[in-house]
Amino acid sequence: MIRLGNAATIGLMALSRIAQLIAVILLIATFNFVLVRAAPGDPAQVMAGQSGASDPKLLEDLRKEYGLDKPYVVQLASYLGRVVKLDLGYSYRQRRPVADLVLERLPATLLLTVTAFCLALLIGTTLGALAGLAAGTVLDTVFTVLSLVLYATPVFWLGLMLVLVFSVTLGWLPPFGYETINVKLSPIERALDVAKHLIMPVTSLAAIYLAIYARLMRSSIIEVAQQDFIKTARAKGLTGPSIVFGHMLRNALVPVVTVAGMQAGALVGGAVVIETVFAWPGLGRLTFDALLQRDYPVLLGIFLILSIVVIVLNLLTDLIYKLIDPRMTTGAA
Amino acid sequence: MNRREFTQAMLAAGAALPLGITRAAGQTRGGTLNTIIQPEPPLLVTAFNQQQPTLTLGGKIYESLLKYGADLKPMPGMAQSWEISPDGLTYTFKLFPNITFHDGKPMTSEDVVFSCMKVLTETHPRARQNFARVASAEAPDPLTVVFKLKQPFAPFLGCFDCTSAPIVPKHIYEGTDFRKNPLNDKAIGTGPFKLKEWVRGSHVHLVRHEGYYLKDQPYLDEIIYRIIPDSASRALALENGTVQLVQWADIEFFDVQRFKAQKNLEVTTKGYEYFAPHQWLEMNNRIAPMNDKRFRQAVMHLIDRDALAKRVYFGSAKVATGPISSKTKFYDGKVKRYDYSIEKAKALLDEMGLKPDANGKRAEIKYVVPPYGESYQRAGEFFRQSFARVGIDLVLVGTDMAGWAEKVGNWDYEMTQNLLYQLGDPALGVARTYVSSNIKKGILFSNTQGYSNPEVDKLFDEAAVTLDEARRQELYSRVQQILVEDVPVAWTLELEYPIIYDKAFKNVVSTGIGSHETFGAVYKS
Repeated sequence: MIRLGNAATIGLMALSRIAQLIAVILLIATFNFVLVRAAPGDPAQVMAGQSGASDPKLLEDLRKEYGLDKPYVVQLASYLGRVVKLDLGYSYRQRRPVADLVLERLPATLLLTVTAFCLALLIGTTLGALAGLAAGTVLDTVFTVLSLVLYATPVFWLGLMLVLVFSVTLGWLPPFGYETINVKLSPIERALDVAKHLIMPVTSLAAIYLAIYARLMRSSIIEVAQQDFIKTARAKGLTGPSIVFGHMLRNALVPVVTVAGMQAGALVGGAVVIETVFAWPGLGRLTFDALLQRDYPVLLGIFLILSIVVIVLNLLTDLIYKLIDPRMTTGAA
Repeated sequence: MNRREFTQAMLAAGAALPLGITRAAGQTRGGTLNTIIQPEPPLLVTAFNQQQPTLTLGGKIYESLLKYGADLKPMPGMAQSWEISPDGLTYTFKLFPNITFHDGKPMTSEDVVFSCMKVLTETHPRARQNFARVASAEAPDPLTVVFKLKQPFAPFLGCFDCTSAPIVPKHIYEGTDFRKNPLNDKAIGTGPFKLKEWVRGSHVHLVRHEGYYLKDQPYLDEIIYRIIPDSASRALALENGTVQLVQWADIEFFDVQRFKAQKNLEVTTKGYEYFAPHQWLEMNNRIAPMNDKRFRQAVMHLIDRDALAKRVYFGSAKVATGPISSKTKFYDGKVKRYDYSIEKAKALLDEMGLKPDANGKRAEIKYVVPPYGESYQRAGEFFRQSFARVGIDLVLVGTDMAGWAEKVGNWDYEMTQNLLYQLGDPALGVARTYVSSNIKKGILFSNTQGYSNPEVDKLFDEAAVTLDEARRQELYSRVQQILVEDVPVAWTLELEYPIIYDKAFKNVVSTGIGSHETFGAVYKS
């Protein structure tokens, strides 16, 4: 009964969230549009500036082509019209549809960020749980210091140091790029080649997430360990592992899931710094370049996708809460 | 041009003819050149985008009628010879036979006329100004192009390098919206290399154009341009041999010196003669105290430009003496010199009434730091220290590319730094910064500082249409004297960007266009 009720509530909640989602997306699209235009600068000027030559005709042509010669309201209406049709628009600067630009960068970004995220989540929560269970011991101190150091390390510095050690000094790993260019490889060889290129960017990126999850998990475990239900479990005569896996971990994971859900949205946006240091052809770099160039269609397209992903992930996070902790469904929590 | 000069030009053309088309001993076929392109260009069609990376990459794909040597003299490009009528109004170019586009179609004089008169006048700001001087362009036979000018324009022969007049295929663009043509992605030109693959964010892969018209060229099989956004990673790529060539600002100035010690690499500052990047501290002449000539002269005295060249640009620069670079035609070094002298600067400021207050402060000026790399930031810091020595607070204002372009283009700044290419001739690359007809709000790289002097306007105008070189020198010498006295901008340095390449590659720098060259003659030993 309780399980059926739980499923029905989840279903209803999902439906109501989807209805909200559409309204929120349109609102966000409008906000993105206003925000992007609020920044000083004009894409036509940037393009003319980078060409080292400029004349009134060039600026006029570019503004006309970009649709910047029309009033703001008309531009906004035309943009929202495209959003409704799920059309991300066209980058006049790169002369390609925004959807193409985003889609060709997305796999590299997802490979990098999802790998780093999963690794960080797995290792971080494990280390955090071990530290929490061993609170006050030398092991706890070592883990805590290590996670603090990782958290405080600038990600670009860590990346460059890894390159210095593993590429320059030892020559074990390729210093940058997504794969070896201009060689013929079998699918397996190619996968291994990409994996080799992936090691250092993933390590750099995972380090900071890992530290966050480890610290969060440690404090969460310590807090849960002091709860009455753990004392009850012990009183029932349960042993260490069944308390840890059956009771503590499930409860301790709630704050980790909350934070992970919030951070997962950023994963799609890519990791600008890491993508720059390792010349990784991802979405973060595309976003950064588009921002510098004031490539409005690309920026708006990426922002829209990110907004949708964040909303969907929040929805998923809420659903995962219910699965981890059924009390949340009934409002008892 | 008089008869004697005309004959000399013809002889030069004839002498240059064999340069590119014979295969000297030792030139071998094959090999891959790995290099860098930074930032990633938005597209590769140089007729539609003239950003530096587009020109570097597009220079291998698109060609024009001529090239220019380090001495800026014209050399054969797709034109094997050329003639100028004695009245300086008719230019006749003879093309090499058997030139083909990458799609296999022949390139003829019709394509040249179409590119110059229909496409470039629509899409290329510099070419638009040059070809606006043409009364008619004709293609009497497939290998002959004739341009007739409305009035003489002395540097017209300097308007045909691959960056100023790239030739595009008429059969692809005629009757279409040029900028939106779906074949822009294919980048079809006549150059020695054609586009094989462009993986955005990763690399651009060019391969040999098998139908190239110059015998045996190109020697290389392929060129791979890698996109490496981080400057430290770019330096590393050069150091460990991942790439064998870097150009322009790929390597930060502070990193250049260490590569001179790397034995397998050649570091040269040659190959920028046509562009001759000229840098200055730009002062908005409309605003006090910059509207006073004495203030601007004081600025010339208070900046130790030798130290700027050594400390900020690590020797990759030469002190500029005036508006024309020493690498550009009609440079005249016999002008007033502003030595580094804090005392002279203070005296000029005192004379104009800009005296220090009780705290020793004379003025506060906002300096917009151009967002084009670390060296610009360092130069800003250097200027701030220099101005502080005479009691002027230079407040550094940070911005991004869009913000800088908007501020400078709309005259909404007090001071900044600027850099322009000289394009081989003062009429093409220098006059635009100083003539009052080019004070155009909203337009970057115009006379943005707002300097106006009728005598300067007259001299530049006359020099542009005068064919006699000696007379042109007189006019430009006079204009240099006036400008150096007036200091519309404070010229700082002639930047000497490096081209650094693996010594195994030969002929990398063979003209004044350097890394924008076609690279057809580059080979690996």
